This record gives sequence, structure tokens and C-alpha cells, in this order.
Amino acid sequence: MRPAVTVRRLAIACAAVFALCEVAPYLVMLSGSLKSLEEVSRVPPTVLPEALHPENYRAVFESAPMARYLLNTIVVSGAIAAIQLVLVCLAAYALVFLRAPGGRGVRLLVLACLLVPPQVRFVPVYVLLARFDLLDTFFALVVPHATSALGILLVEKAMRAVPPEVVEAARLDGAGDLAILGRVVVPMIRPTLVAFALFSVVYHWNDYFWTLVMTTDDSVRTLPVGVALLREQGTGVRWHVVMAGNVVVTLPVLVAFAFAQKHLVRAFTWSAGK
Amino acid sequence: MLRTRARALGYLLPSLAIFAVFFVYPILSCLWLSLHRWDLLGEPQWVGAHNYQRLLSGDALGPVLVRTLLYAAGTVAGSMAGGLLLALAVHRTGRIGGAIRSAIFASYVVSWVGVSLLWSYLLDGQVGPISGALRSVGLPALDWLGDPDLALGSLVLVSIWKIVGYDMVLYLAALEDIAPELREAAALDGASAWQTFRHVLWPLLRPTTAFLLVTGTIMSFQGFDVVRVMTGGGPANATQIYVHWVYEQAFAYFRIGPASAAVVLFLVPLGILTWLGRRVGRGEGVL
Repeated sequence: MRPAVTVRRLAIACAAVFALCEVAPYLVMLSGSLKSLEEVSRVPPTVLPEALHPENYRAVFESAPMARYLLNTIVVSGAIAAIQLVLVCLAAYALVFLRAPGGRGVRLLVLACLLVPPQVRFVPVYVLLARFDLLDTFFALVVPHATSALGILLVEKAMRAVPPEVVEAARLDGAGDLAILGRVVVPMIRPTLVAFALFSVVYHWNDYFWTLVMTTDDSVRTLPVGVALLREQGTGVRWHVVMAGNVVVTLPVLVAFAFAQKHLVRAFTWSAGK
Repeated sequence: MLRTRARALGYLLPSLAIFAVFFVYPILSCLWLSLHRWDLLGEPQWVGAHNYQRLLSGDALGPVLVRTLLYAAGTVAGSMAGGLLLALAVHRTGRIGGAIRSAIFASYVVSWVGVSLLWSYLLDGQVGPISGALRSVGLPALDWLGDPDLALGSLVLVSIWKIVGYDMVLYLAALEDIAPELREAAALDGASAWQTFRHVLWPLLRPTTAFLLVTGTIMSFQGFDVVRVMTGGGPANATQIYVHWVYEQAFAYFRIGPASAAVVLFLVPLGILTWLGRRVGRGEGVL
């Protein structure tokens, strides 16, 4: 038994060291964001800043319309999540409780859409939006993501666990479908909806590819694109400013993860059926 | 009854319209565009299978494919092996294990841009802390992202670092599902730890392994952000992988035809992998 215990401890120690390697870079980022340009590039590197330079954060907001990017990111990811929740609930309700005609076909279509990533669709969508003069608009960032195949499959599954008698009883009481959906079904599947909404917000907060393709204008661009541009500005990378920008885009997600970890782990691994 | 059906269609319609315009139409449009020559201006010109012929015969796409496969193989193998080892180490260790799990999974939730910028600094050949630390103890500092022989490997390591938490969490969930009695029975029969793993745990983890293999491969075929932010495809094209190549064809060189043809060709492995995933991972997830 004894060697097994030793092996076990050794394994945990190795995992702990690896976990440290996962966390340390974020601390380097935070520390770097508060250093001077000279110190952030020094060899050998310093662990903690010799003097704090919070003005790096002001430089971030001055060298790019970062406040605008931040606002756009909040608006876009918030709007997408809100609209997705509505459309996903309606679609799933139709599939589960209204026995939508061609339900099997619809489900196959949803499954197929789940498997077609943005990387496969961006050229034609770009051309389509350009034809209607919709590039560089919130429309281009929000509407193509207004519904979610993953969301429909998850919410449908959750709705199937709602006892049909409950819905039937509400219907006999004279409630319309929207009332049943809003007052009976939604409260019963709240955990699923919360997890999905969190997933959606974080996913679109993080999105880089779609925004990069569909926008060139600062007025609609979002944080990931803006912060990535910080690196390309001017001659020589101002790593202290880039790290400060990176804190702005990364910290909200890390804070959300710290507070809603259970939901987020569930949501991000859900497509695996766990 | 009729009214219920009409209402059902009404509820489905917004989602179906989005899927039709932004999912189905793009695929069909890609097929059409792939048979044309077009620079986003003017009128597309019919060229038949010319784009496909050039892609499949020329040496433009070949090296890109090889690099994409190398990137995918490295990333998937690394994150699966790492995820499995971490899961086995952390499984049933209570709060310490929980903390380790959280620390490792956090990077999966953070954006690719955030992770890529972070590692661009850490791996910078001149001023990066890693090179700096190596140099200050007298070791040679490598130019992780600037050396064509190292750059793709560096991107693989960064990608593993970001996603290994996902594999770990799925393996952990699968381990939780395995009845402890099975391990106890194996131990009573005198099986060593390795034998228990090899003959009891590994076969039971197979659906998870298959699922991670397929989804991981699909995901890494789509890799873009990490290339765009960290290397821009360089140095000397050493990190030019599939989606980044398509993106440049379309928006740097305005060669919409070849870009679309490349997307259509991309659908083939995507379809095969999905079909494989559904076969091997019966009942696993929504894939």
C-alpha cells in the first residue's frame, strides 16, 4: 500500500506544479501591465514592478478608442445572449410542446448547423452583408448569431424533462402558449438557461474572428480586435501597454469564472453531454 | 390542431430563417463561388473546376495542409494525454484537486486573443521573461516565435496550455462515472495500478477518448486566432495553417474563388470526422 500512496502524492504534486504554470502567466501579465517600458523589457525579468505605473491603463484607453470597444463588446455580447435566449426558447418549445410539423427535419437541420463553424461561412456572409451595405454595423455582429444550434439542443433536452401534465394543466386553465412558456416552462428550466446565457456572453465576449472579418471601423469593433491591434501599433511593441489592454479583455472573464465557475464549466463542457 | 401547427411554425421561423441565411446559404454560395474567379469587385467569372485543380495539383495548399495536420496532431495528442494524466492525478483528491482543476480550466474560458497576447510577450525572443530568465542563468535563449523551426511547435504548446483543462474535466467526469467497486475488485485480484488502468479504466474511458479525439481534431482544424495574433502565419510561412491561409486568400489577396474552393474541400474532412464521432461516441454528447 505504501508505494501506491507515494505515487499518488507525487502525481498530485505534479498536477499542482502544472496548475501553477497555468496561473503564473496571468500574474506575469498583471505585473507587466504595471511596469515601466524599460522594466517590462528588462533582462533578467523582475517579478514585481519596482514602482507601480497605473498610467499604462490610461495609455491603453488613450492610444485606441478602448472605451468604445469595451462598450461595443458589452452591447454585442449582451444583445446576442438576450436574443438567443428568446429565439432558442421559442424554437425548443415548438419542438417539444407543439409537436412542430417536420420536427425531425428541423432537428437534423439544427444538428447540421451546429457542425458548420464560422470559419466555413465567413466569405459568403461577408459578400452578402457587403451587398446590403451592412458591414461595419451591429447588425453584422449580432443577427448572424441571433439563434444558437447548441442552445436549441440544450434547451430542448431540458424541456423534455418538464412533465407534460404540468403544461397540460396550465393549458386547461386557459393559459396561452407564450404564458405557459414564460410562467411555467422557463422557471422550471432556469439552471439550463442561466448556464447557456453565461456561455453565450463569454463566447461572444471572446470572439475575434467574426468581428475581424465583418468590421473595419472603430465605431463597432470589439475589445479582442482592439486589444490585438495594440500590439501592431507603431515601432517596437509597448508590452506594458499591451499587457494592460490584455488585462482589460481577460480580467472580466476570469472574474466571471471565479464567481460562476460551476455554471461555466457545465456550459463549456455541455456539448460533450456531461 | 391546425392553429397549433401554425403557431409551432411561427415559433420556429426566426431560428430557421437565421439558419437558412447564415448557415445553409453560405455553404451553397461557397460551392458557387468556388467555381468562379472573383476579386470582390466586378462580376464573378465562371472558371469551372479550375480553382480545385490548382489547389489540388499546385504546391500552394500542400504545405498548408501538412502544417495544419501537424498542428492538429500535436495539439490534440498533447491536450488528451495531458488531460488524462491530470484527471488521473486529481481524481478523488477533494479540495486540493478542485483548486487544481479550476486553475487549469480557467484558460479554456479565456479568449484565444487574451492567451495569444500573453504568450506573445512571454515567448518574445528579445525581451520576453522566458528568454530573459534563460539568458540570465547562462542558457541560450531561443526565438520561440521568430525561428521557423520552432514557431509551429510553440503555437502547439500554447494551444495545449489553453485547452488541456477541457480534456481534463471530461476525463474527470468519465472517471466519476466508473464504479469504485470495479477498482476495488481489481485491487483484490492483485492487479497493479498500471494493470488496473490498462484493463479496467482505459476501456471504460474509450467513449470519452473517441469524443475528445474527434472534437479536438475538428476544433484544431479551425485554429485561427492564435496564428493571427502570435505570428501572422510567419516566419516564412512556418505557421500558415488552413483557416489563416483561407482568410489571407480572401481578404489580403481578394482571391475569392480559391478561398471558397478551399472551404469546400475543408468540409470533406469535417464531414468525415463528424460521422466518425457519431459512430464511435454513441450517446456521447450532441455531436
